[in-house]
Amino acid sequence: MKTIYHIIVKEFIQFRRDKRMMALSFMAPILQLILLGYAATTDVKDVPMAVYNQDKSVASRELIDQFVHSGYFIIQKDVNSLDEIDHEIEFGNVWMALVIPPDFSSNLLARKTASIQILTDGSDANSANISLGYASQIINTYSGSIIADIQKRVPLVTRPAQLQPEVRVWYNPDLKSRNFMVPGVLATVLMIITMTLTSLGIVKEKEIGTLEQLMVTPIKPYQLIIGKLLPFAIIGMIDVVLVLIVTRFWFAVPLQGSVVLLFALSGLFIMTTLGLGLFISTISKTQQQAMMTAQFFIFLPFIYLSGFTFPVENMPQAIQYLTAIIPLKYFIVIIRGIFLKGTGIAELWPQALALWIFGIVILTLSVMRFKTKLS
Amino acid sequence: MSQLAIEVNEITKMFGNFTAVDKVSFGVKQGEIFGFLGANGAGKSTTIRMLIGLLEPTSGQAKVGGYDVKTQTDLLKKNIGYMSQKFSLYEDMTVEENIHFYGGVYGLSKEKVKERKKWVLEMAGLQGRDKSLTKTLSGGWKQRLALGCAILHEPKILFLDEPTSGVDPVSRRNFWDLINELSSQGVTILVTTHYLDEAEYCNNIILINAGRLIAQGSPKELKTEHITFPILEVETDNVVTALELLRTQPWVVEISVFGTYLHVGVSELDLGKNAIRLTLATKGIQIQRIEQIVPSLEDVFLHLLEQDMKKVAA
Repeated sequence: MKTIYHIIVKEFIQFRRDKRMMALSFMAPILQLILLGYAATTDVKDVPMAVYNQDKSVASRELIDQFVHSGYFIIQKDVNSLDEIDHEIEFGNVWMALVIPPDFSSNLLARKTASIQILTDGSDANSANISLGYASQIINTYSGSIIADIQKRVPLVTRPAQLQPEVRVWYNPDLKSRNFMVPGVLATVLMIITMTLTSLGIVKEKEIGTLEQLMVTPIKPYQLIIGKLLPFAIIGMIDVVLVLIVTRFWFAVPLQGSVVLLFALSGLFIMTTLGLGLFISTISKTQQQAMMTAQFFIFLPFIYLSGFTFPVENMPQAIQYLTAIIPLKYFIVIIRGIFLKGTGIAELWPQALALWIFGIVILTLSVMRFKTKLS
Repeated sequence: MSQLAIEVNEITKMFGNFTAVDKVSFGVKQGEIFGFLGANGAGKSTTIRMLIGLLEPTSGQAKVGGYDVKTQTDLLKKNIGYMSQKFSLYEDMTVEENIHFYGGVYGLSKEKVKERKKWVLEMAGLQGRDKSLTKTLSGGWKQRLALGCAILHEPKILFLDEPTSGVDPVSRRNFWDLINELSSQGVTILVTTHYLDEAEYCNNIILINAGRLIAQGSPKELKTEHITFPILEVETDNVVTALELLRTQPWVVEISVFGTYLHVGVSELDLGKNAIRLTLATKGIQIQRIEQIVPSLEDVFLHLLEQDMKKVAA
């Protein structure tokens, strides 16, 4: 016990002296959170669009007004030919074009189906999808109002059967992508900081030769491992507190669930990241090697495959199976659940169990490897 | 015969097919300074690492302080000190913090650490600098502090792996004074070095080459036992040409360059002197001085290494 205490004291002294590392550990998460909190938003606003109005009727102008008033679109240009639309989209001046054919209002009056055309720049598929969604919503609303209008004027006509969907969004009622992204940032930041500190901390001692010196002292391998990992776990937890404060008070992301549960499950998650950090330290000779290994073999695949950026459900089946071995995936589900839905352990136990198993397995394997590497 | 502090019996270490240490045996008496010599890669560090419990020997036995290096590593580690050429200190911690840390992991009590800290600071000449960061110290100070940290727990046996590499001559001198003092207090010291002047301070020496032990004895024994022919020191204005000329002569046993001199081993003293004069005169090389010398350890080791190389080639 005493020995472990001495190692922990030593780690904290060194951590305090290394101003850059300290800044990295405490400032970087907050900076990253703020950056991603503002930048990593998938909300689409003020989509520039062109309008080719061949009809020039009251009805067509009404429809265009709907687009303008929605707040999602800005009419950048009125055009007079399809070629012109082509040109505008190609040069990126507009993302979307609305084409109203000459027979639009006459079809409406004749109570026939009137068609309109929407062209969109698919090169940014994500934004295109979202703005298409907005556009079709506007058009639906408009056609609904036409039907209502007709009924008012001609009450004798039998009421056409219609289903008016009333959409209500749960859990993230404002549909703010920030509320969805920010808890995920907490998870990735926690992973990056704890894993980097652990692997670098151990490889550094290897580089300067103190690890060899420690192995000649009566320190037992398990004491060394606990003494080296515990301080980084503590630093990781401090990061959780910092990030929570920023998330809650700066971004005003509501925390629906239990803070205690959040901390407890963060602890489970840290077990896996410390284990991986230790593992990286056993396969790296220099700090650069450790950094590169962590970035390319852990951070990038974890971030891409965890559902942090892309929903796992949309991935091919084979890749979905692969994501099962990514601890970050479970923690992302946990943290979003606790933040946005107020989910408790009753619903999250499968994820918690997965993290627990991963933690035990990764730590055990890494410790075993570390021990054999020492001798 | 006094009790042996270190007993090594046919210790061998293989890395795959490569034999780093090949059946090396030797004994170190209590309180002696034991020199361990050899070129880089000869197997010195590997042997030391087996004796301090960092590497497990492939075969053979060794006992250090009575503890088996294979089975009693925990007890072994409590009773030995080890310092490597890297001076394994934490550079981002102060002198005092390093002492506290190493004292702590050796399980010393607070009072004991305090007492030993005072001793280390005095020994290393670091009084008043206990709050300085270790990285601000010069090489000699770092070396003495590293030694201090390695013997905080007052081990009876101390292993030093090239402790003086990269340290200025004055610090080297001071360091050897410390080693002598420890030895006089009864501490057994096993030291590796490739400075041959340092080897002269040792009570006993072994020389290893390519993992095999090729000679052992006191410096005096080595000098008198292995070199049975006279050695002439020749000072000339053209060392390189002289070396080329003399090398192939049948009466030259050995020849090597020592700075601006040549050391020439000859089969017979007077005959050799005349033959050298004659041979060099044919090419017009001036001889400033030619005289017989007592062989230095360097002569001995070069001779032994050459013999060993011939044996391997044969």
